[in-house]
Amino acid sequence: MPDALRLNPAVSRDAICFVETTSGQSLHDCYQCGKCAAGCPLARATDLSPQQIIRALQLGQADVALDSRGLWLCVGCQTCVTRCPCEIDLPRVMDALRVWAMANGRRSAQREVPIFHRVFLKTVELLGRAYEVGVVGGFNTLSGHLLGSADLGWPMFVRGKLKPIPRHIRGRAQVAAIFERAEAMRASEITAARKAEGAAR
Amino acid sequence: MTAYAYYPGCSLHGTGIEYAKSTNAVCRVLGIELKELEDWNCCGASSAHTVNPWLGHGLVARNLKLAAATGLKDVVLPCTACYARFKETTHALGDPAVAARIEEVAGGNVPRDLAIEPLLKIVVEPARMEHLQASVVRPLKGLKVAPYYGCLLTRPPDVTHFDDPEDPQTLDQLMRVLGAEVVAWPGKTACCGSNLALTRTDIALDLSHQLLAWAEAAGADAIVTACPMCHSNLDTRQGQMRRSGRGDHQMAVYYFTELMGVALGLGLSELGIPKHLTDAVAPLTRVPAEARS
Amino acid sequence: MARIGVFVCHCGTNIAGTVDCPGVAAAARKMPGVVFASDYKYMCSEPGQKLIQDTIAAEKLDRVVVASCSPRMHEPTVRRTVAAAGVNPYRMEMANLREHCSWVHQDKPVATAKAIELVGMMVAKVSRDEALRAGRAELTKRLLVIGGGIAGIQAALDVANAGYQVTLLERTPTIGGKMAMLDKTFPTLDCSACILTPLMVDVAQHPNITLMTSAEVEEVHGFVGNFEVAIRQKARYVDHSICNGCGTCWGKCPVKDVTSEFDQGMGKRTAIYLPFPQAIPNKPVIDAPHCRSIAYREAQLKQAAEQGLSPEEAGKLKPVGPDGKKLVPCGICEKLCATKAIRFDDTDRVVKERFGAVIVASGYDLFMLDGSHDEALAPQARKPYYGEYGYGRYPDVITALQLERLMNASGPTKGEVVRPSDGKHPKTIAFIACVGSRDEKVGRPYCSKICCMYTAKQAIMLKEHDPSVQTYVFYMDLRAAGRYYDEFTRRAQETFGAQYLRGRVSRVYPQNGHYVVQGYDTLLGRAIEVEADLVVLANGVTSARGSVDLMQTLGISYDGYGFINEAHVKLRPVETNTAGIYLAGCAAGPKDIPDTVAQASAAAVKVAGLFARPFIETEPTISEVNQARCVACHLCEEICPFGAVTFVEVKGGRQVAQINPAVCKGCGLCTAGCRGRAILLHGFADQQVLAQVESLFARPVPLRAARSEPEPLLSK
Repeated sequence: MPDALRLNPAVSRDAICFVETTSGQSLHDCYQCGKCAAGCPLARATDLSPQQIIRALQLGQADVALDSRGLWLCVGCQTCVTRCPCEIDLPRVMDALRVWAMANGRRSAQREVPIFHRVFLKTVELLGRAYEVGVVGGFNTLSGHLLGSADLGWPMFVRGKLKPIPRHIRGRAQVAAIFERAEAMRASEITAARKAEGAAR
Repeated sequence: MTAYAYYPGCSLHGTGIEYAKSTNAVCRVLGIELKELEDWNCCGASSAHTVNPWLGHGLVARNLKLAAATGLKDVVLPCTACYARFKETTHALGDPAVAARIEEVAGGNVPRDLAIEPLLKIVVEPARMEHLQASVVRPLKGLKVAPYYGCLLTRPPDVTHFDDPEDPQTLDQLMRVLGAEVVAWPGKTACCGSNLALTRTDIALDLSHQLLAWAEAAGADAIVTACPMCHSNLDTRQGQMRRSGRGDHQMAVYYFTELMGVALGLGLSELGIPKHLTDAVAPLTRVPAEARS
Repeated sequence: MARIGVFVCHCGTNIAGTVDCPGVAAAARKMPGVVFASDYKYMCSEPGQKLIQDTIAAEKLDRVVVASCSPRMHEPTVRRTVAAAGVNPYRMEMANLREHCSWVHQDKPVATAKAIELVGMMVAKVSRDEALRAGRAELTKRLLVIGGGIAGIQAALDVANAGYQVTLLERTPTIGGKMAMLDKTFPTLDCSACILTPLMVDVAQHPNITLMTSAEVEEVHGFVGNFEVAIRQKARYVDHSICNGCGTCWGKCPVKDVTSEFDQGMGKRTAIYLPFPQAIPNKPVIDAPHCRSIAYREAQLKQAAEQGLSPEEAGKLKPVGPDGKKLVPCGICEKLCATKAIRFDDTDRVVKERFGAVIVASGYDLFMLDGSHDEALAPQARKPYYGEYGYGRYPDVITALQLERLMNASGPTKGEVVRPSDGKHPKTIAFIACVGSRDEKVGRPYCSKICCMYTAKQAIMLKEHDPSVQTYVFYMDLRAAGRYYDEFTRRAQETFGAQYLRGRVSRVYPQNGHYVVQGYDTLLGRAIEVEADLVVLANGVTSARGSVDLMQTLGISYDGYGFINEAHVKLRPVETNTAGIYLAGCAAGPKDIPDTVAQASAAAVKVAGLFARPFIETEPTISEVNQARCVACHLCEEICPFGAVTFVEVKGGRQVAQINPAVCKGCGLCTAGCRGRAILLHGFADQQVLAQVESLFARPVPLRAARSEPEPLLSK
């Protein structure tokens, strides 16, 4: 039986600080009208709608948002930000939440999504371009959905739409360097957010 | 001959091969030179910015440098997802504080004066439209199309500044110039499900099936699109929709460049049309053969 | 020799908490000219004022300094107090020890030292104050009411009943405003026309009211009691003094397809028309751009001019239209009119009148999704606004006022609520609230106040018309804060079955002849879809078209939305910052009918109070030109924001500047700007200001003990 939420302004301050700073959005600007949720193509398939995710953050309940499935099902279709009367850039808020989640090793309620992203980006890091066959193969393996999209494999292959042999670009070392630098920047932002939160207390 | 720096994107070399073939064929006929960026890298698609916005910007930034190296000022991208990523980064470069960080992750200066355009926009420039109209030899008479823009061509409007996000008309107008009949339908800018096709196939099937159902209800023979992700979800999974009981669709899904190619009298194979998983050849047989209208 | 009394106020602890008031009084006693100084807890109270009066008598004071709050609070009150005790009211100065001292500092010694300096400056000034006398100006006891809606009508009737002449100006052909378009009014569900038309008739019949419709204000000059107003009476093409309103003309007019503004585009009217059956004046006007006869006449005149003929000869010409076909001269109404009241050759006329006061009751317009309301205000977002709702694309997505016209028995469908697309009765109706309100993106972050109530009203009315309908209201919050208002909205839900869903609608799209309304119920946390036959948008209240131009013509202050700024939000809600110009109704912000009527009557009382005086008193703290020194460089005329400077000829044929004492506001710009130092601002003469400066620097400046005083952002 879930307990009543004990509201405490100090709880989750670091996550929320990080989200607001990284996304550049002020969460209190949202007056919870629900227009984002009404237009979100995923809202009907998920536990928390975008409006509820913002609400959780407004109440200092970052965990509720981070543990939600809605956070991971968001595909960045940009419908919410296009219609929001308060002009809140929700996709940026969602991105920031996901960065924080992955940086803090949180289990995703839709584990397939971070697995997919990791696999996709791994192929890019190694080869410089996305290796579609590798992405599907790697994703299927790591997610346990071994036969995912298997029915499409042969029809695609005979039409020459699949390139089974991975090719890499000449400048793949440059791409790998970008990955490294981006990772360092992300890590230092997370650290900075934790420090600032500590100082504020 | 106008030249553009050309960024095809990863799908056009793989599952979106039809888009690449038809784009090249059509641009050749229309006198558009596409200078492919030398040794370009993946733009990061949805995955990069989702897990680390700096990674997304960094990957695009390398491509911007390659584009500048062509000496051309305009970069054209057929894939709307890649277009959205490029636009987001060039938009972010407008903020000096953010630009400094982007250059940090890119490892050097990033050019800021490039114009980023989706292929659709290049094609409908007034002079080009006139040329196109004059060059149509096989008007798509009798073909009813539902123009599908997807999410990222027109949203977010403050970044893309391309057409109205609620009721865009660019693709509609292009189709009419090609002689096709455009149906009004509610799915113009609705989402296909994007990469949930792999991670939550059920949701992507629901969303794509909804699009196909809407197009059918509106009387369309085919959907025409500008995005390889949307094309993949709509074209390749109709069998899955049927087997899962969602609906039995038999709706062809074309890239707008493919239909342009047909109207310009090019061969279907040259355009890649036989490579679709859902039969896209049959609807075209009903279109009268080459004849000036 | 001046005899100055200084009174230092504690203001409870507002001042005394940070300033040592007895200490200030003690210091004041030593200042030159001061014969008495004391402190008291509340100078503004009755005993406080009495203290001043008693002291004036006892100490034979001839000047007073009150060291307390800002003069903007109590200066008029204290002036009256000292005047009653025999001291010239302009020999009273106030030293602001609150807003300028105790409210911005926290260190007591520092604040006290500053307070003493402030008092010293005022003592120095008051010792040089002239004994000024208020001036007098004439007062024309005629009221101009701009706007013939319910606000203007009420205000006009109230002032006319008080016995004064009123001119009621309305820019459309009829009075009645938006209220005349409504079917029923909340929360009583009174028939709007039934309660309004008697008032309209009263206006028409009142001996003290001159009604001018199809008329607008063009220019305004002058000042309270003496406004010179140029009014443009637009051409109506019908002589209302002989027309008897028989209706033959509009019954026979062949042009029948003009979109009716009164019906909000839901119906058509003729070129010569009466806006609605109970219009006042109950006489038609001609909408010239749509009248064939006028077009014919204009074509004749144009052709005559091209051919070098006179206008009289033009009457014989038979002009052709742009398509080469002969134009139809029509003239049917003129032929049929029994009283010969039609005047195709009518023109605009400008009339100049003088008024003592003006009430601005120019009303509102509704937020238009195509952005056509935005004229003077910078558009905030891409247009059309709310493209996702499909207004303009889908015929069955309509505005609340359009629905009102459908519901109205004298509307375009005779009270049948039917879908514009197919004329069928809708069974499921969805209402979308806050369209153009509480929305930063479209530049309207404010709440329009009336929409929650009118939406509930419409939901109730639809159910009354047809018990088989189901209504859905997509809302954000329910604002029902008037008497019986909350009960009204509850009744819509409890008795009339309206389903309220808390969440904004994202999109409306057509499907199978219906409209899918994509919403979200944040209370349940689920996406909601409603298949509606009719979608009604509750659009918000914006300032009326042309508001900004009107405010600028009148010279009154308005906000970023084009609504009038009142003089004081709480204590002076029906006055503007310009004396003699009052406000009433939605021109000053969204409000419902009860509040509008209350404001109208309040403004009327202000006017009656003004007119009850024999003359206008003008402030003497104004500028005056020393005509001997004036070289007529005209700089003061350029600088003056109020147009108070004119030039007159004096003996010797010289031109010199003259300042109108009734217009001058004493702002001092001309005084500061005058190159020849020829202008004196009474009450702020150079010797006075310099005396204050000298007082400040002649005193020794005490050492400030607390260097680390924190940022003074204290408000108590």
